[in-house]
Formats: sequence, structure tokens, C-alpha cells
Amino acid sequence: MNAGRYFWSGDIAAAEGAIAAGCRFYAGYPITPSSEIAERMALRLPQVGGRFIEMEDEIGSIAAIIGASWTGVKAMTATAGPGISLMNENIGLAVMTEVPIVIVNAMRGAPSTGLPTLIGQGDIMQAKWGSHGSYEIISIYPSNVQETFDLMIDAFNYAERYRVPVIFLLDALLAHMYEKLDVPPQEEIDKRVINRKKPTKPPGETLIYQPDEDLVPPMPAVGEGYKIHATGLTHNEKGHPELTVDAQEKLVKRLNDKIRKHAREIWKVEEYLTDDAKLIVFAAGSEARAVRTAVDMARKEGLKVGLMRPITVWPFPHEYVEKYAVDYLVSEINYGQMYHMVREYASGRVELFPGMGGEIHTPQQVLRAIRRMIE
Amino acid sequence: MSMMEDIRLKVESLLRTERLPHVWCSGCGIGITLNAFLRAVVRANIDPNQLAVVSGIGCTGRAAGYVNVDSFHTTHGRAIPFAVGLKFARPDMHVVVFSGDGDLFAIGGNHFVNAARRNHDILVIAVNNFIYGMTGGQHGPTTPTGAFTTTTPYGNPDRPFNIPHLAISLGAPYAARWTTHHLMQLQNSIYTALHRKGFRVIEVISQCPTVYGRRNSMRDPLTMMEYFKKNSIIKHDATFEEMELTYNGKIVVGVFRDVQGIPTYEERYEDIIRRAKK
Repeated sequence: MNAGRYFWSGDIAAAEGAIAAGCRFYAGYPITPSSEIAERMALRLPQVGGRFIEMEDEIGSIAAIIGASWTGVKAMTATAGPGISLMNENIGLAVMTEVPIVIVNAMRGAPSTGLPTLIGQGDIMQAKWGSHGSYEIISIYPSNVQETFDLMIDAFNYAERYRVPVIFLLDALLAHMYEKLDVPPQEEIDKRVINRKKPTKPPGETLIYQPDEDLVPPMPAVGEGYKIHATGLTHNEKGHPELTVDAQEKLVKRLNDKIRKHAREIWKVEEYLTDDAKLIVFAAGSEARAVRTAVDMARKEGLKVGLMRPITVWPFPHEYVEKYAVDYLVSEINYGQMYHMVREYASGRVELFPGMGGEIHTPQQVLRAIRRMIE
Repeated sequence: MSMMEDIRLKVESLLRTERLPHVWCSGCGIGITLNAFLRAVVRANIDPNQLAVVSGIGCTGRAAGYVNVDSFHTTHGRAIPFAVGLKFARPDMHVVVFSGDGDLFAIGGNHFVNAARRNHDILVIAVNNFIYGMTGGQHGPTTPTGAFTTTTPYGNPDRPFNIPHLAISLGAPYAARWTTHHLMQLQNSIYTALHRKGFRVIEVISQCPTVYGRRNSMRDPLTMMEYFKKNSIIKHDATFEEMELTYNGKIVVGVFRDVQGIPTYEERYEDIIRRAKK
């Protein structure tokens, strides 16, 4: 898009952010509240020479973007709860075969079909633990439309840089809410864009799963002569199956470490009035917007309260939590997910202020929860 | 060097020989099918760097691991949508899905149906051995009614897919069936299909003496091959009813459909890009 000010929903911003980041392939299946991302991509991708396909289901969608990513194109899909549940097996394939992809999950009320048009934050743990096995992915969660656009660039950068699926969380409120945003000139965005590392050695001398020092192997594309073999089976640096304890140890450890060891480069956390806070409210996405207002209200009453908003949800930014020897109130639209992570790292008291889904808390509700915890 | 030796060496260059011996049982028909495929690729003079092979999971799913081209061993049932993404993003590549009946038609059935309907430019080589071999011989979507498997100990009450009928009903421009006994016909069919466009399906009836034959009075590979030989009838204009497979019955083989000129999904999308850019 041309630089300028636009009035977009979170869904449109996600689609436009992806295109600005260089995404040229989308495969998806309609699902509320993410369908507008597919609609925008169907309209916009062919204009920029990209490709859009509506698949038969979410399983096919994620399989298609993994296949497409091997051609060197930046690829994404978007879905919501029921769809992300279906995608989880192939998220594991993308982790195991180290394929850069971006998956938007616009969270709605759940479990099951739940509240298709209304907010939930119940897929936070699933983003990390949805597929089987021990692995690391990267997950980010904006809280306004401008940030949705801006963070899509980071989402693709992380996927390409670390060869990992990035789960881009939205929520139903943010997905459908329209706000003003500024789109910077494409030349400025391009300066920020990171592309995957290509092999420096010719075919024949390259082991396609041999990592560099940063634990990430360069990635050849199909048709370049590298005779790629990729398998979801445990494999060695040639990419060939090696079903041994040693190969498993080496591969799975590296797949985890390549994210864990770069966590500090990945973490983004917003802190608001945390410096002198006695109590920090921990909240993300749309919920954090209500909490920010509640923090302002509490400050007016003289209560020393701050907001900590994880923009990076996974890997969990635990050092930010550890930094403050204060009490935490975790305000989220589920029955306790980030709460467990905060409890693992906080030194003070940690309490949960849950919502079952359908709406975010009002600032007044959060304020009452703050007062209860301080008293 | 004799011509046969020349072909053998060329086929060998298309195999990851360091990975041999393969995992398949002795007497298995998957190797015969893979050999026919590679010989057809050699004859068609396809640049190996322009060929990608995608497999799902199962015995046949292991084929991708042995071919010395860009090759992907994906998740169970998902070879076709993976191949769809690859082909759609790189329409100049030859993309072949090489997988088994359970993978393609049970767990992956929805993808087969929809990819055929959209007419993606993909060749599907479907090895049908009537059984889930890798997991020990459970009945699958192609097991003939009445057959004995570990999950049909009293005989199979289920009804098998008629794969060529299915493919043709979805508009697939090329649909053929051969058995592993029809080595030259199979190779010729793959050769022809490699020169066609669109969603091409070749079903290969293949022996699994280890977990299918031995429970169905065909204990060794030779007996199964004898059965294919004696019971196969070449009939290119077979009706859909004639294409149906029955327990230890006749096997009608042939090229049941070979039409040209149906636009592929990839071709139709090029037109979409032209329109969007106006």
C-alpha cells in the first residue's frame, strides 16, 4: 500500500502488514473472525504478483503453505480456534522440518465452536503446546490495529530468521475493530525486512540441515539443485531419517535451543508505570487496553499500580516478570493461562482475574480487582 | 555400454543409494512401482532439478526418502495439499505425489477430492496394496469387501473405493490403473502422464504378501503376482461398474481417461493475476 493514514480493522492490517513484509502466498479456509484476512489477501495478493488459494480445510491450508514456503516464497494462513486445532499436527511438521510460516489465530470464545464472533484468549497455551512433542515456536500478540500492521513485519522476520512457525495472535475484538493507522513508506519497511539465509555452498557440498553457529541451518529452495529431503521423522543433518536416541537428542535440543538462546532478541514487552509499582497487572491483546485505563484510574486513587503487556507471548518473556519483586494480577479472558507462567517466575503473590470469554473486563472491574488485591 | 545398462545407471542417479537397502519387505510391490516411475522420468528426459516428489505416511510414504530429487515426506494424508502449495508457488516444477491408498483416500480423501476438482497440475501415483501395511495390516479404504485383515477378523464389511471412477467423476483429465505385473504398461502410462497437464491419477495395484496376502490365501509374492496376471483384463473403455474391485475377483486395468486441454488451476490463476494487475 502507499504510505499514508488508513482506517482498517485488525484483520485488514494483518493482511496488509503481511504483504508489506513480503508475503506472496496465502492458503486458507474461511472462519470467523479471521475471514476478512483471506478476503483481503484474495483481493491484494494477485495485484502484487502473489498467489491466494482457498483450500478445502485448515489442514490443507497449512500443508499448502509449508509446501509453498519450500519454494522460497513467504507464506501465511489465518484462522481461529477450531481451525488452529486442526492445524496443530502440521505446525509440528513445520517445526520439525524448520519451515518459515506465519499463522494468524484470531482468538474467539471457546472451547469448541464457542462464541465465533466474540473475544476469547483461550489459545495462549495452545499456541505453544498445541502440537505433540517438546518444541519452541514464536508467538506475538498486538493490542491495536497499528501494532498489528507493524508486528506482521516482525512475525515474518522471526519466521525467516529462525526457520520456525510464528503464531500471530489476534482476538475477535481486535480482528474486527477499525482504527486509524499510519502505513510507512515501503522503502522504510524494506529496511527492516529479514529474509531467510540461503546456502553459501553449492549443491553436493551442502548438508541441508547443518546449522550455522546461530543453530539455524541455511534454507535452499526447491528447483535449485540441492536435492532437498525433508521429513517429519527424526533426521540427521542430511535430512535423512535417523531413528536413534542420539539423533533425537541432537535435533530436538537444537530446535528448542535455537529459539531459547535468542529469546532476548525476540522479546517485546510494553511496560506502563511499572517503575514504582507495588502491583503490576499482567495483560495482553485487547484486554490490556481496559487494564491500562484501570491503571490510570488506580493511580488517581493513589494506588501504585502498573501494566505489563507481553507483546511476545512465546517464548515467554520471564525476565521481565522476574525484574520486579512485586505482586502480580493476571487479567485474561480465560480461566488461567498466562497466570501459570507469571506464577512460575514471580517472587511475590500472583492472582488471577479471569473472564470466561465474550467480552473483555471493564476498567471498573479491573480496578475493583486491583483494590481487592491491594487491601 | 548397453542401453539397459545406461538406463539402469540413470535410474540409479535418481536414487539416494546411500539410503539403501530400503525399508520395504522382500516381495513388496512398491519398489517395482518406484522403478517404473524412475524409468519413465529417465525416458521423459525430465531435469531432476525440476522434479519434486511428495509422499505422505505409510509404506509407500517412504518413497520420497529414496528419490534423489527435491523430496518431501510429509504428514499422514497431507501429501496432496503440500504438493498443491508447492506447485501453485512454483508452476514450472514437475510435482509428483507418490503415496499409498490409506494415505490418499482415507485420511487424505478430502484433499484428493478437492485437488482433483480444482485440477491442479499434479501427477498422483497411488499405490493400492489393499491394506495399512506400516501399522501391521489393518483394513483400509481400498480393502475389498470380505477380505481378512487384523481389524476385519471375520471378513471386511466395508466397501472399497473405486479409484479411477472417483478420479473421473471429479474431472481428472488422466486416470489409469495397472498392477505391478504390468511393468511396461505402467511405465508407459507414467511416461504419458508426465507429458500431460492437470490432475493425473495412476492407481497401481500392488502386492503386500507380508500383511495382506498371508491372511487372504496368497502367502508369497509370487502367488499375488500370479493372481494379478491371471485376473487382470486390459479394457480402456471399461464402465465404472467394471472398474470396481472385488475380493479375489477380476481386476480391470487400462487408461480409462486421457483428455487434454482442460485448464489447470495454475493456468487459471495466471489469468487472475493478469486481471488483478489491470
